[in-house]
Amino acid sequence: MEPDLESPIPGKEWRHPSDNWLRGFVLDNRASLGTLAVFIVMMAVFLAANPTVFTTWYLYSSVLTTLPVALFVVVPLVFVVTCGEIDLSFPATMGFASWVFSLVVQAGYDPFLGIAAALVTGTLLGFLVGSLVVYGGLSSLIATLGMNFLLRGLIQIINEGKSMALTSLSDSWAYKIFSSQVYGVPVQIFWAIAFVVLSAMLYNRHRFGAQVKVVGDNPDSAQQMGIDVKRVRVKVFVFTGIGAAIAGTFSVMINFTWWPTAGDGYLLPVLASVFVGGTPTWGGIGTVAGGAIGAVTVSFIQTGVVAAGLSGFYVQFFNGLIIILSLLGHKWNQARYR
Amino acid sequence: MKSEDPMTERIIELRDIKKSYGQVYALGGVNLRVDRGEVVGLIGDNGAGKSTLIKILSGVVRPTSGEILVRDRPVSGWSAARSREAGIETVFQDRALAVQQTIVRNIFMGRELTGFMGWLKVNKEIEEASRLMREIGFTSKVFTPHSIVGQLSGGERQGVAIARAIYKQAELIILDEPTTALSLTETAKVFHFVRQVRASGRSILFIGHNIHHVFDIADRFVVLDRGKVALTADRGEVKSAEELINFMEDVAHPGGLPGLHETGETGQRVR
Repeated sequence: MEPDLESPIPGKEWRHPSDNWLRGFVLDNRASLGTLAVFIVMMAVFLAANPTVFTTWYLYSSVLTTLPVALFVVVPLVFVVTCGEIDLSFPATMGFASWVFSLVVQAGYDPFLGIAAALVTGTLLGFLVGSLVVYGGLSSLIATLGMNFLLRGLIQIINEGKSMALTSLSDSWAYKIFSSQVYGVPVQIFWAIAFVVLSAMLYNRHRFGAQVKVVGDNPDSAQQMGIDVKRVRVKVFVFTGIGAAIAGTFSVMINFTWWPTAGDGYLLPVLASVFVGGTPTWGGIGTVAGGAIGAVTVSFIQTGVVAAGLSGFYVQFFNGLIIILSLLGHKWNQARYR
Repeated sequence: MKSEDPMTERIIELRDIKKSYGQVYALGGVNLRVDRGEVVGLIGDNGAGKSTLIKILSGVVRPTSGEILVRDRPVSGWSAARSREAGIETVFQDRALAVQQTIVRNIFMGRELTGFMGWLKVNKEIEEASRLMREIGFTSKVFTPHSIVGQLSGGERQGVAIARAIYKQAELIILDEPTTALSLTETAKVFHFVRQVRASGRSILFIGHNIHHVFDIADRFVVLDRGKVALTADRGEVKSAEELINFMEDVAHPGGLPGLHETGETGQRVR
């Protein structure tokens, strides 16, 4: 019996099944395009409810100031979830790294040095959390939750709840480069976009991303093929630590003040963004672009609900609605396997 | 039983391999050899020692005694690394692939083609994957190197695993029950790949307990029974799969098949 494997037509072989770049593009990016559709529909609803507010630049400007902070952690978390893990310790890492940044700045050193110190702190904390989970053989859900409390508790104990004002920051070069405005556009968003693009390339076009996906998909097979599975897992936690350090530093530079609770409010919105963005919970696949669009969506919910003339009580309801609708959409939109 | 041909290169040879786990002999003196460009069919019932033999060949398990020769040279300190150096790759059914990834990502799993600072050479990977897939006749208008493995059929997945083994410079590919869970069409696809691999001068050890499947594809049969080689026969020496089946039944139950009540009483077939 002859198999029904057809011999390819010379020159036409190995095209995408559809032989149509648009269909191929849609199929390859179905999750992030789905998220984009959710975002557009949501904005259309808000716009219909109150066109005047949504056509004023101020509203977008405020979202563009806070959104970058979320993006710096949403994107690494896409890697973590793809790898089959979860990291709930990033809010404390944000607080811890930005605390180190603030200490350095308050001591009179250049903020650039503070940023470097924050990055080192984030890297070390990420390594600590990752090693605990991977080499300690702990569940990442519980272990990182524990680390979040532990690190936050440490910050609270040492600072006794006191915040730090960094008034000298506004004159520094670091502030001008990372936190000022260019023609009314907050400059943070450009750094965040650069971060998202670089991370998307890491995810799709780099050995790191390739190995993260394979480890999340089938760790036994990855091990058998010579991938150091544990090392890859630790690396995604380190990446989150670095992202959290950048996010924490940016949030301090926006407010000129460091609070012992810095980063706390980001836990749930950031997690929601990852999953609204179309990265499934089971690992192996995900989308960085989708996660970024998810973060934009989540950031606009609060602003949008209030600006559309509804009371603040509606915010949580809309948050939940968007999450559930997105999950249903992604479930319907997923590739089906045999 | 087999005529010696001085021209053929011997990939691997096992001489009098024994393996015991405590008092129990899993293998009691097995001789096996695989030459370049041949498909050896290894047949045996459950518990005959097939999986122990595979583990020894892939270096995961060390034999208790016996000699292993790679290209006629005895190898001391046989290990998984030595096995890989000798070009032996084992393809396990199902478990080996990351099903949510593309064919390309599976073929290059752990050995990504990278350039500057670890960035993937995407086009080179596709080129190389296409070449490997063409080499084993694994081509279709329905899928491309970008297709997700989870959307391929069972036989096609074997093709991905075989292509990956070839990329790892395998000289001898051990296929562990490659057709057991497959339909006729899917089995035909796997056979197609196996023939292409043989045509490319590589060898295959095809393990199965469906004698019809093994009979259709193998150049030589090795029947394993209770840790010993019960029969080695060339393709030309066996007329039909039925002859093999009859032989195996004779080996398993000398003097005819026992009655059912007998089996129940002695419990011989209960393992």
